[in-house]
Amino acid sequence: MRKFDTKVQHLKYKVLREVARQAWNDTLLDNILDIPKIIVPGKTPTMRCCVYKERAILAERVKLAMGGSKDSRSAVEVIEIACDECPSAGYEVTDSCRGCLAHRCEDVCRRGAIVFDHQHVAHIDKSKCIECGACAKVCPFTAIVNRKRPCQVACKIKAISINENNAAAIDEDKCISCGACVYQCPFGAISDKSYILNVIDILKAAEQGKEYKTYALVAPSIASQFSYAKLGQVISGLKQLGFHTVVEVALGADMVAQAEAKELAEKGFLTSSCCPAFVSYIKSSFPELVQHISHNLSPMGTIAKYIKETTGNSKIVFIGPCTAKKMEVQLDTVKPYVDVAMTFEELQALFDSRDIDITQLEEDVLDNASYFGRIFARSGGLSDAVAEGLKEQNLEFELQACACDGIEECRAALLKKSKNVLQANFIEGMACVGGCIGGAGCLTHGVKNRADVDKYGREAMEKTIASAVSCLPQVHRQDDTPAQ
Amino acid sequence: MLVQVCVGSSCHLKGSEEVVELMQKAVAEHKLEDKITLAGSFCIGKCNRIGVTIQVGDKTVTGVTKESFADFFAKEILEPLGLSNK
Repeated sequence: MRKFDTKVQHLKYKVLREVARQAWNDTLLDNILDIPKIIVPGKTPTMRCCVYKERAILAERVKLAMGGSKDSRSAVEVIEIACDECPSAGYEVTDSCRGCLAHRCEDVCRRGAIVFDHQHVAHIDKSKCIECGACAKVCPFTAIVNRKRPCQVACKIKAISINENNAAAIDEDKCISCGACVYQCPFGAISDKSYILNVIDILKAAEQGKEYKTYALVAPSIASQFSYAKLGQVISGLKQLGFHTVVEVALGADMVAQAEAKELAEKGFLTSSCCPAFVSYIKSSFPELVQHISHNLSPMGTIAKYIKETTGNSKIVFIGPCTAKKMEVQLDTVKPYVDVAMTFEELQALFDSRDIDITQLEEDVLDNASYFGRIFARSGGLSDAVAEGLKEQNLEFELQACACDGIEECRAALLKKSKNVLQANFIEGMACVGGCIGGAGCLTHGVKNRADVDKYGREAMEKTIASAVSCLPQVHRQDDTPAQ
Repeated sequence: MLVQVCVGSSCHLKGSEEVVELMQKAVAEHKLEDKITLAGSFCIGKCNRIGVTIQVGDKTVTGVTKESFADFFAKEILEPLGLSNK
């Protein structure tokens, strides 16, 4: 049974679990300096050159587990000493070059950047090379490689550069907190900040009799996660952690689909507002298109708002696949409704910090949303839901959706729109490839995830958006503060 | 008076949607919009084997189904409001 895709995730998890354990026991401040040694005991290094470096990096991870730097707005941070300063020279010819006769590399290079030494071996003249990669594609010996840092390859919006210490550096004005670099860095040198201590504080206070109810809002992509157990067991685990109850963010998605369909029919063109990284990207890179962003809060914000407005004294924790949600909850428009955002990775750490083995628990139920709310977790689901929303509300509007997953596709669609050549009236933008199931905060990523989400969608009791949303009575307000 | 119908997963699977609909209709029928604030609640913490839990002011009523709704409405809503005689 594998809980994570990579050992980097596992290491991050071990730190989170230990920090959480100490926090539950009220011993975090006493033992904080010992945590690296608890995780890497002894004298034999297992990951780096020596245990001292390993522990120094772990100390940085402990900081991130406790919320990281307060100065940066981004939800992700570089651990500079963990950055291996990977080669970053771009295209280079390797030893595999056999000095052949054909010289396809030379023929294909439009800049004349390929030169040969007296043994006929190719070299790249970096003063001419534009890093197009054409030579690498045609070499029959695959002798030309692109030495680019995985973080820079992962960051499609080019927010990562190399600083004076040769380490990766994130441009905060550009960063959309999507977490692609976090998942891709093979050394785990970029990590998302964690706010699990806030979650523990909330749960502990509730345990000690604080007069509020704690709600866990789970994103629909959970259907593809914790695959070693049943979804109902995850719900039981959440309640065992101390949550009062668990609510599907997918119900918020149903509400969004209904409202978005209306707004779209009114305005004629919209870009979706569900993915915080996509919204942030429009704001930073296509300011002229900001006017087209849907006015709906994200599904998380929408359902959280409903709960906060109908239940006095509630605390709301979002649990999902997303690192960008950690940035979204800091926005003025969302802050009043969501107290903390955390990832599935962090939830696994929280379960284990309390030694909760969810596979041993009974299955609880989770059913609030419709099929359409649930399929928001995968690319194309939002567009399908908006189409359904138009149909259910008898709105006469011919939807031409452009569903984009991955920020590169989003960029292409936005670019076309900005030039007025986009053949669509709705852009569904999801920063992660595949949609939310591709999120950096997922425990695992796999080909089955999309099918898992669709299956979960089909299992919903409510078959239409309207029937799911109609469960929520219209709130007739007598005054502004409904009593508990 | 705040009336909260539980729409948490457990009650939802036992018919919250129908109960909410009946409740909205009944409130409109008796013109109680000014007297009753209707809202959903995610889990009141009294999950029952049958029916839906409803919080009426400080009182928690469990097991409301579409069949028993009329009785519930008469006894728990109309009566306390002094409107029990139709």
